[in-house]
Amino acid sequence: MSVRIIDEKCKGCKLCLPSCPFDAIVMQGKLAVLTDACTHCGACVSSCKFGAIVADAAPEKVVDLSGHKDVWVFCEQRGGVLQQTSAELLGEGRKLADDLGQKLCAVLIGDNVANLTDALSAAGADTVYLTENTLLKTYTTDAYTKVFVDLAKKYQPNIILIGATYIGRDLGPRVAARLKTGLTADCTDLKIHETERNLLQTRPAFGGNLMATIITPDHRPQMATVRPGVMRKLDTPKTAAADVVKFDADLTQDMIRTNVLDVVKSVKEKVDLTSAEVIVSGGRGVGSAEGFKILHDLADALDGVVGSSRAAVDAGYIPYAHQVGQTGRTVRPRLYIACGISGAIQHLAGMQSAECIVAINKNADAPIFKIADYCIVGDLHKVVPMLIEELKN
Amino acid sequence: MKIVVLIKQVPNTNEVKIDMKTGTLIRDGVESIINPDDKYALEAALRLKDKDKNVHITVISMGPPQAEVALREALAMGCDEAILVTDRLAGGSDTWATSMVLSAAIKKHGAYDLVLAGRQAIDGDTAQVGPQVAEKLDLPQVTYVNDLELKGGSVVVHRALEDGYQLIEVKLPCVLTAISGLGEPRYPRFTGVYEAYKKEIPFWGMKDIGLAESKEIGLEGSPTKVHKSFAPKLERAGEVFPDSSKGSIGQLVSRLRERHLV
Repeated sequence: MSVRIIDEKCKGCKLCLPSCPFDAIVMQGKLAVLTDACTHCGACVSSCKFGAIVADAAPEKVVDLSGHKDVWVFCEQRGGVLQQTSAELLGEGRKLADDLGQKLCAVLIGDNVANLTDALSAAGADTVYLTENTLLKTYTTDAYTKVFVDLAKKYQPNIILIGATYIGRDLGPRVAARLKTGLTADCTDLKIHETERNLLQTRPAFGGNLMATIITPDHRPQMATVRPGVMRKLDTPKTAAADVVKFDADLTQDMIRTNVLDVVKSVKEKVDLTSAEVIVSGGRGVGSAEGFKILHDLADALDGVVGSSRAAVDAGYIPYAHQVGQTGRTVRPRLYIACGISGAIQHLAGMQSAECIVAINKNADAPIFKIADYCIVGDLHKVVPMLIEELKN
Repeated sequence: MKIVVLIKQVPNTNEVKIDMKTGTLIRDGVESIINPDDKYALEAALRLKDKDKNVHITVISMGPPQAEVALREALAMGCDEAILVTDRLAGGSDTWATSMVLSAAIKKHGAYDLVLAGRQAIDGDTAQVGPQVAEKLDLPQVTYVNDLELKGGSVVVHRALEDGYQLIEVKLPCVLTAISGLGEPRYPRFTGVYEAYKKEIPFWGMKDIGLAESKEIGLEGSPTKVHKSFAPKLERAGEVFPDSSKGSIGQLVSRLRERHLV
């Protein structure tokens, strides 16, 4: 897609200016003009009431992509233990493979990991590509990239899915660059285009303020990473056993330019609001500084952090550092639990892109319920302790 | 020792608000900043320079002409030299095309021992450009670095994992991408600001780095294309539990468990 402004149609109304997430539209005299900052995302197209902004489809290219088949999932293991993303991505990959009428293949790389193939088969894989080598015991960028790229060059996959773990985000871009193809990070939704059969890769952009659907039209494989916990594993395990295809690694020690001296496990540190996966937030309804104690307990039970509305900060219940909203922090956790927060616009603006919002409020008409996934009408002082109790079961 | 630090100027997305009535972004007063992870990369390079005056730091950025401001700030923090790669031909580049441009600029700049970059930029969050620059320079990479120490012709780094870290030794030259543990970025020095404005920052176009004819840059050269973009839905069809009975709370928790949220 390529975006341009037709000067003759532009009325100089400036309506398009706020639609651009990248501040790439400026007024030159009475005309709107795109600057170098334009990423051609197309967010402005619908803002123009005069049809002056158009998005041109990329010119048709004749590229033969028919030789690429199957959906691959990189099944990450650490120390012989499969990461949760493996089963989740196989669950998602199953849908894509069935839609395309192609096979779902698990890629398993490591040392002495053949015992994991049954689990991958049950998680949905038709085929497991298995590479075992002592040089693959611990993840290194060089060794895993080499094996993955060799495999992909031999078997020519159509789609590759990789979990966006700290390791997947190291491997993915390197493999994509070597295969000369595109990679879309942190997808939250994957679908096959109804007619063109491309992979539609939807991801949040711009700090979650915008969603973008990305395609890789002329390159194969189509590669995407997905964060852990975003996709769902199969509800019922697949019973038919997968074919296991062994693939010998063409590796020598000197190809690996990093030396892993040690692997140290550490206790997770408490993180700040903006990178927290779970936030338990309190508002005026909490009633007092002491009232926040149970919110801290709930946050601890969920390995999360405590946030607040401006009302609670203004009332002196909790320091400003915890404030979420237009004048506080903008957050995008996986789970946001709003306790005794009515839902002023200024608060909603800071937390509306949370993946899941639970609201607890005495007032059934509280605006917070409009943007919540789960709404509990009740007194937080009663509900929160019950919630902590239930989570322990 | 010669260090190249890659930085990006980004809008401070933490400050971007949404107009809940119109669903559009409110950008008034949103400043442009050096991408936070890139600042950690700068700080890491500057700490090496604190220890050894022979360290020479070149900062390279790709972006529109106004990104010069970010480079001035990096100079004021204490970096020696800055280059802005700016060209309409490179507009709309995805990570693949961006790494093409940056790696060509690094090569054109000349010899280096270490390339540092931030792990990811807050406007795209991809974490792909660092590794892809490493691939195009055929260098080893370590990402998510939160501590580093030079040791002869190698560097020993802490590479963060979700549940700990790896201690990795890698020979120079290499590419490292930085995260917050590398130390709080310093403020520009008082004298540094003045000196920074005396320095000349060359603007390199695609012609200067040999990519004027390249089919692998810009919108056209990018393997990924934006198919469409849209505002995230603000209203949600919430499931209502009208009371706070034990049954309701139990149901809520099982919903959250189904979605892997707890």
